[in-house]
Amino acid sequence: MKIGVVVFPGSNCDHDALHVSGLAAGQEAVPLWHESTDLQGCDAIIVPGGFSFGDYLRTGAIARFSAVMEPLRRFADAGHPVLGICNGFQILCEAGLLPGALLRNAGLRFVCRPVYLRVETTSTPFTGACERGQVLCVPVAHGEGNYYANPDVLERLEQRQQVVFRYCEADGAVTAAANPNGSLANIAGICNEGRNVVGMMPHPERASEGGLGSSDGFRIFESLLICK
Amino acid sequence: MQVSPELLAQHGISPAEYDKIRTLLGRAPNLTELGVFSVMWSEHCSYKSTRVHLKQLPTSGPRILQGPGENAGIIDVGDGWACAFKIESHNHPSYIEPFQGAATGVGGILRDIFTMGARPVAIMDSLRFGPLRTGDDPSGTTNEVTARRNHTILDGVVGGIAHYGNCFGVANLGGETVFHPCYSGNPLVNAFALGLARHDGLFYGKASGVGNPVMYVGAKTGRDGIHGATMASEEFSEASEAKRPNVQVGDPFLEKLLLEACLEAMQTGAIAGIQDMGAAGLTSSSCEMGARAGTGIDLDLDRVPQRETGMTAYEMLLSESQERMLLVAHAGREAEVTAVFQKWGLDAVCVGAVTGDGKMRVRHQGKVVAEIPNVALTDEAPRYRRPQQAPVRTLPLDPPAGLTRSHDWNAELLQLLGSPNIASKAWVYEQYDTMVRTNTLAGPGGDAGVIRIKGTQRALAMALDGNGRYCMLDPRLGAQLAVAEAARKVACTGAEPIALTNCLNFGNPEKPEVMWQLAQAIEGMGEACRALDTPVTGGNVSLYNETLGQGIFPTPVMGVVGLLDLSRQRFPLGARFRAAGRQVMLLAASAALDAKTALRELGSSEYATVIAGQVWGTPPALDLEAERALQQCLVTAHREGWLESAHQVSTGGLAVALAEGCVSRTVEAPAGTRIGVAVDLAGTEEDRVALFAESATRVLVSGEARHLQRFAALARERGLQAHVLGQTVAEGFTITRQGESLVRLELATLAQTWEQGFERQWSAQAVVA
Repeated sequence: MKIGVVVFPGSNCDHDALHVSGLAAGQEAVPLWHESTDLQGCDAIIVPGGFSFGDYLRTGAIARFSAVMEPLRRFADAGHPVLGICNGFQILCEAGLLPGALLRNAGLRFVCRPVYLRVETTSTPFTGACERGQVLCVPVAHGEGNYYANPDVLERLEQRQQVVFRYCEADGAVTAAANPNGSLANIAGICNEGRNVVGMMPHPERASEGGLGSSDGFRIFESLLICK
Repeated sequence: MQVSPELLAQHGISPAEYDKIRTLLGRAPNLTELGVFSVMWSEHCSYKSTRVHLKQLPTSGPRILQGPGENAGIIDVGDGWACAFKIESHNHPSYIEPFQGAATGVGGILRDIFTMGARPVAIMDSLRFGPLRTGDDPSGTTNEVTARRNHTILDGVVGGIAHYGNCFGVANLGGETVFHPCYSGNPLVNAFALGLARHDGLFYGKASGVGNPVMYVGAKTGRDGIHGATMASEEFSEASEAKRPNVQVGDPFLEKLLLEACLEAMQTGAIAGIQDMGAAGLTSSSCEMGARAGTGIDLDLDRVPQRETGMTAYEMLLSESQERMLLVAHAGREAEVTAVFQKWGLDAVCVGAVTGDGKMRVRHQGKVVAEIPNVALTDEAPRYRRPQQAPVRTLPLDPPAGLTRSHDWNAELLQLLGSPNIASKAWVYEQYDTMVRTNTLAGPGGDAGVIRIKGTQRALAMALDGNGRYCMLDPRLGAQLAVAEAARKVACTGAEPIALTNCLNFGNPEKPEVMWQLAQAIEGMGEACRALDTPVTGGNVSLYNETLGQGIFPTPVMGVVGLLDLSRQRFPLGARFRAAGRQVMLLAASAALDAKTALRELGSSEYATVIAGQVWGTPPALDLEAERALQQCLVTAHREGWLESAHQVSTGGLAVALAEGCVSRTVEAPAGTRIGVAVDLAGTEEDRVALFAESATRVLVSGEARHLQRFAALARERGLQAHVLGQTVAEGFTITRQGESLVRLELATLAQTWEQGFERQWSAQAVVA
């Protein structure tokens, strides 16, 4: 499997996504420069975290106009796996590939710490190796991760089981105290209706190796390997 | 041009210095040249008060690839890897405009690292503020207005560091956050950065090759930060707030682009030398690059990218606009450099050429507006051996009479754990990205930060340390203790300390008492560095930290880097106890002190300040030989796998160190199971001394008894003391003295007090604000 990692000016988790996709998962991983429309025959694409275009105007608002986004949209429409992590999630929302928006954290401050996530669905290319209800320990690091969607959008997300991850306690209980940013319904990650595009605020690539605190995030990458 | 005394005063140039300028030039300088001399001869750029003292520091060793004098020091860390690191202050700007002042402090130190060809992988900060609550200042000098202002400064500084470092994409591994009233008018913001490069990928700030083009890359030049270096070289007065335009505004996104573009351009082989434009911008970068290579530089200011119109040569040369670099390309290869910068959307413009005459020659609108020999600005800058005078000691040596015997040790321990300087700083560091680049093996909150070097079995540990109160009482011993503690923190991860950078924060060196403190501290630092074999690779001096004549405590801050071998143990050691039923041992330098000395040393402790509300006595004595032995034992013990945890005993003493072993966090799961401890303290010293004294050269370790036995044998062989204190336990925290209970607390109480102490003082203030 060949995994592409989109690089925007200001992406700063691109190397991390390449490292885990390539070295750790034993897959071929290539950077995809934002001005290029060539997806280099990739089987899956990761839109990594960072501060694309300095978060100017609004997170992800400028990146969505990059040349790479049009082929990426076609790639997603064709049902191929796309994962947006952190700023990547924000970009996918701005691009309309995922519903809703990510607002400023309820606490108004950047938050970086390990959190627990409950896996809500295994029917996505990025959670197939998990079990439903499984609790993963993965860090967050963002200033704007407060997920919001209109009530009807939110209801549809729930009905169609498009909520992929929720912030929870170590035992899986979804509580207000476990929510680091004020996200509606403790939402940490969602997928599109086709279930092939997933966005998540936490950083699985930072929790994929021993010594870095947790390797639970590696499940996300392992899922990709068994999805085809 | 008429050079009036007022004009010289505005430029911070003394009449004697002006005469020297005339002699060096062989004529009177014009206004532009006067401006250039003013910044290059400022204390900030020239180190004129400290150079004669700094020369005595040890700066060489087998691992040192680059000592002081470059943008950052460089050490060899094996497997073809080199590590560039440095610490720098941004104290004055952070007082005037906390957010941007701190942000550009981070930006500046990051550029110092990547201009050497190293990709920054970690930053740390040593921060000092005035109290956030009036009640935290026993002296009563902190009123509501001051407390609220301190609060604003803290909020701005932390926000600025987070803003810049997070966006740039570098892991923040913590550092220090310390509160004391002496920092109310003069907060200290010292930013440390560390980067990695291959040995064959290092670059230097040298303008070599006559005829080579000089290129300007990065952000456009504006009028911001003019005379920032001069501002940092004088005391603050009430008029200082009007100097806000002297503070630069940072753009971390631009710096991120500059980083990627510089590293990519370096790969082309077209770059001969490169230096960031920090303090004194275009001026310092060009004359320093020329001086290092023995060449001259011709600059044409008309070609400099500008974001404002109508700028004078004076303004352009003195601008401290951020995110700019000056580089020298190999002749004929300019296009390769330009192409890389264009890819990243940045300006790269030829603004001049390297010449053979050793002069900095600046043209503007067709005229030569400055022509100065580079060495006149650098090597020929004034050096002063300023008068020194030991201050008259006003603090008592012996403890106050009111220090009575009966005490509630439970309450005192909890009060200490929740006090501003000891409580968890999670509020601060959770605003920082501590893991980006996926190298963080130990983040903020422990003794030292640790990052791995991918593709090797090596990691680098780093720690910052300073103690203003110790240095106020005895600057020489205080500086030694800071070196020893920073190195000990590194050794507590299992890493071998190998080199040191420092930031010397002092008051006005024109006051003989301050100059004495400075000279003493430098001597002490040199002695400790020689004894611990951690040569100095560079650093920064920040003087004139005074507002309305009120100076800070002398506060030298040390940054030590150590090398951790992961070939036998995969992870660094941490402070936190890992399992119940393990033995707990205290490693110490020597036998107990006599009662009188012990009580005197207690006077410099956090206990004396927080609980007794007073300061007396002396800093703890330090035996540097024992310190080195202790650190070497830790490295050996970790390599052999004897230890499960190690934590140095310092602020708050043994009781606090034990509590931190139970409650501190690691990079592991958010909460994890807390391990308790049950220990019995031997010895004959007073209980309060046993619990809270900050005697140096002590480390608390835990592990299996059979392993600690071997560790103790090694330690005793090296002349150290090893005391078995007790056991780790599943529940509770108890300290006894020959069986008699001193402290008995629930783990949850300890944890809650420590975790919420900082935020409590924060929220108390937030209600007022």
